[in-house]
Amino acid sequence: MSMRIVHIASNTFREAVRDRVLYNLIAFALLMSGAAILVGQISIDIERLVVINLGLTAVSLFGLVIAIFIGIGLVSKEIDKRTLYTVLSRPVRRWEFIVGKFLGLAGTLVVNTVCMAIGVFVALLYVSHHFQKADGWLLVALYFIVLQFLIITALALLFSSFSSPLLSAVFAFALFVIGCFAEDLRGFASMTQGITRWLAIGAAYLVPNFSALNVISSVAHEQPVSGQLIFYNTAYALVYAAMALCGAVLVFEHRNLK
Amino acid sequence: MKSSTRIMATASIVLVICMMSSVLLLRKLDQLRSGGTAEEVLYISSPTVLKRSSLGYGGLLADVYWTRAVQYFGSKHHNGAQHYELLAPLLEITTALDPQLLVAYEYGANFLAPKPPDGAGMPRRAIELAEYGIRNNPNEWKLYYQLGFIYYTELQDYAAAADAFDRGSRVPNAHPWLKLMAAQMAEHAGDLQTARMLWTTMYQSPQDRSIRANAAAHLRALQVDEDVLVLERLVNIYRDKTGRVPNSFSDLEAAGLLRGTATDPLGRPYRLMPDGHVVVRVPDDLPFLKKGIPPGYVPPIKPKLLPSD
Repeated sequence: MSMRIVHIASNTFREAVRDRVLYNLIAFALLMSGAAILVGQISIDIERLVVINLGLTAVSLFGLVIAIFIGIGLVSKEIDKRTLYTVLSRPVRRWEFIVGKFLGLAGTLVVNTVCMAIGVFVALLYVSHHFQKADGWLLVALYFIVLQFLIITALALLFSSFSSPLLSAVFAFALFVIGCFAEDLRGFASMTQGITRWLAIGAAYLVPNFSALNVISSVAHEQPVSGQLIFYNTAYALVYAAMALCGAVLVFEHRNLK
Repeated sequence: MKSSTRIMATASIVLVICMMSSVLLLRKLDQLRSGGTAEEVLYISSPTVLKRSSLGYGGLLADVYWTRAVQYFGSKHHNGAQHYELLAPLLEITTALDPQLLVAYEYGANFLAPKPPDGAGMPRRAIELAEYGIRNNPNEWKLYYQLGFIYYTELQDYAAAADAFDRGSRVPNAHPWLKLMAAQMAEHAGDLQTARMLWTTMYQSPQDRSIRANAAAHLRALQVDEDVLVLERLVNIYRDKTGRVPNSFSDLEAAGLLRGTATDPLGRPYRLMPDGHVVVRVPDDLPFLKKGIPPGYVPPIKPKLLPSD
């Protein structure tokens, strides 16, 4: 990998840390400790389930918000501050800038997720007093969440490369919601006829499928995740993120920055 | 004092005063709106709509709804309520959001089936819930047990109970006791021994404290029912022999029919009534009795469960 990409990525990571992005970990820690203590007192027999469901959902949603709101500013902020011109005046290609930004934010999200995952496991230890073999599946669920972040970061970057931050946020969030209904969309497409059918099928395959990447409920019930699902989800997320990233590079390469 | 320090101090004091005032005002508002309908409203009653709008995070939403069901039942039960309109919908939403949430079937059926004030008095809804649980978790023998238990205790439908226990006994890793229970139900449905077995299993299961206390109270009630049956039989034997009702249990002892003082499960001596009936002394401490109830006794709205259980 080009050192220029590594530099851009590490600067993006440093910038996110300087923007106090990792402060969300404090809110997460409060949420987990509060849930671990409170739920045992107000409910029956679901302490462990709540810690897993709440923990993984919070990891997913906190990361999603970070991915969207940092991702949409990755390009536009550099243009507004005019720092982009300084970067591009050096021997840095535009595509390297995009890929570096993507990797920097992805790294931030991975660090954030690792810290939160430690919080989830500590809370789990607090309520269960010991770990079970099935708790290992939580790592798979966390891995799938990171794959979701890769897709959403690439999409945010794509929108950020041609649209305003506000519209980029709206597009990225809307696409996340639609992606959660991807399987329903395919079901709907199969019920239509003629040209509508082809359009619906096209749309259904174009939007990201986030439902396959969500295994929180099943790992909470100690159900294993098949190796095939891990493999295909990994391949799908990487291909989709690469696709969105290529789109971002294509748009950014042709963008008039004057 | 510097101007900025003065502003900081004033702002801090005003902030604290405003916070305290807002808490006091909210408490006053809560008092004014104590009869509010917030608890009695299900804003979204369709499990399908909720599942769709959960965006794949249905597990967490199910936990929230289960906690809400527990809180709803707990507060109503605490107040001796006779109606639990929202309980069944809350449980249906919970289980639709997370069909693998076994705890919602196990406890939920226990909340729904018994007559008020012990439960919602909806045994049919409890059966539907248990059957839905079985459809989604066919290898969980505890759900078949729950189903059989409801048929036995609430509907006295022994054939259906035997069928439920039998279906459960065929599940892999089922408790061997289920097969026995199915046979017992088919042969001796309705006898005290069968009931004792059911409640003992319930008591020994790692359940919630209140459910264990409830099972313990039922076991004590069964013991009293059995004791009263035996003691009244002895009274009848004495009457047949002497032509009169014994004045006290001492007469039974003197006649060699009874050894020692007959006490209830809480250690209090039984009372022999002039007409020959045997009753307990403190019926409030022994809820769910079918026999041994003093004449004219009106049970409290909420059965008393002993904290020692």
